[in-house]
Amino acid sequence: MRVASAILLLAVAACAEAPKAPDPVAPEFVAVIPAADGHVGAVVVRTGGRESVLDKAYLARRLAADGTIAFTPISAADVTLAFAATIEALPGRPASFTLYFLEGKDELTPASRVEMEKVFAELKRRPAPDIVVIGHTDTVGTISSNDKLSLARAERMRELMVELGIAAGRIQAAGRGERELLVATDDNTSEPRNRRVEISVR
Amino acid sequence: MRKLWIFLCALAFAASAAAAEIGQVKVAKGAVQVERSGQRVAATVGMPVHATDVLVTGADGSVGVTFSDNSLVSVGPNSVFAIDKYRFDSTTHAGEFEGSLRKGKLAAVSGKMVKQSPESMRIRTPSSVMAVRGTEFVVQVDEPVAPARATY
Repeated sequence: MRVASAILLLAVAACAEAPKAPDPVAPEFVAVIPAADGHVGAVVVRTGGRESVLDKAYLARRLAADGTIAFTPISAADVTLAFAATIEALPGRPASFTLYFLEGKDELTPASRVEMEKVFAELKRRPAPDIVVIGHTDTVGTISSNDKLSLARAERMRELMVELGIAAGRIQAAGRGERELLVATDDNTSEPRNRRVEISVR
Repeated sequence: MRKLWIFLCALAFAASAAAAEIGQVKVAKGAVQVERSGQRVAATVGMPVHATDVLVTGADGSVGVTFSDNSLVSVGPNSVFAIDKYRFDSTTHAGEFEGSLRKGKLAAVSGKMVKQSPESMRIRTPSSVMAVRGTEFVVQVDEPVAPARATY
């Protein structure tokens, strides 16, 4: 009887020693890297109920196959090494140009004509460029009328660029209305610097 | 009349195709395929990207996409990245971008929608969700490793 008890205890102990391993997870790694201008934002990582905020340059979070999470900074050199082919494949950052029309005319200001040359130079630098022309207004008028006006300005610029030889299919027009003022003003304020068209080449 | 009908159908198809474009392939190196409606085509520079496309790269492959809100995403070798959901309003900048890195490597630069509403861009991995608050970041997902089993 005593022997049987001992055997039973041993069997229980053996079972306790070999708990069922949790299902392995796909190990993962995430790191925040600074932008070209040094800016660092944040990535919030959620795994199950656990949440971590990565908000420092080169702060990395690793999830191991056994489900444990570790935070370790990684060097810029190690990121470059591990992600060389991936980072190299990032498309070129979009380039932005701002153009102004002569008041009440379809014609660009002399300074904007010079700026337009830069747009063409940028287009030549990119392998498959596309353009977004974004119209902006000042705060005179209602939001909906400014949405329409800004889009009309962008469409007019789009036509101008097509006349200058850019394939129509490569240019899109968008209107931001008075949502993105270059110069902050009160409502219903005439401000020529806000009546502009932005050209994003990407 | 029949010709007109065919023309209208073609026009409608072209319009829907144009509407579905959410970005463009700007960089494609080595073996890169785009899985769309169950078919795989080789990715080429300048090719439009649609919502629900899946990018698949081989051992020497990498691909970079610029999205309509200026989000940039690149995928490294031996990777699978699915675009689950994408919408962006170019007037209000409201939008939503959900993608899944099933395996491999990804680098991303968030765009205008995240500037407008943080965490509107989310990248999933098999275990986690990464909500982006305006930044550049890299992600890697390895194959799950089964625990070593003794064999007798």
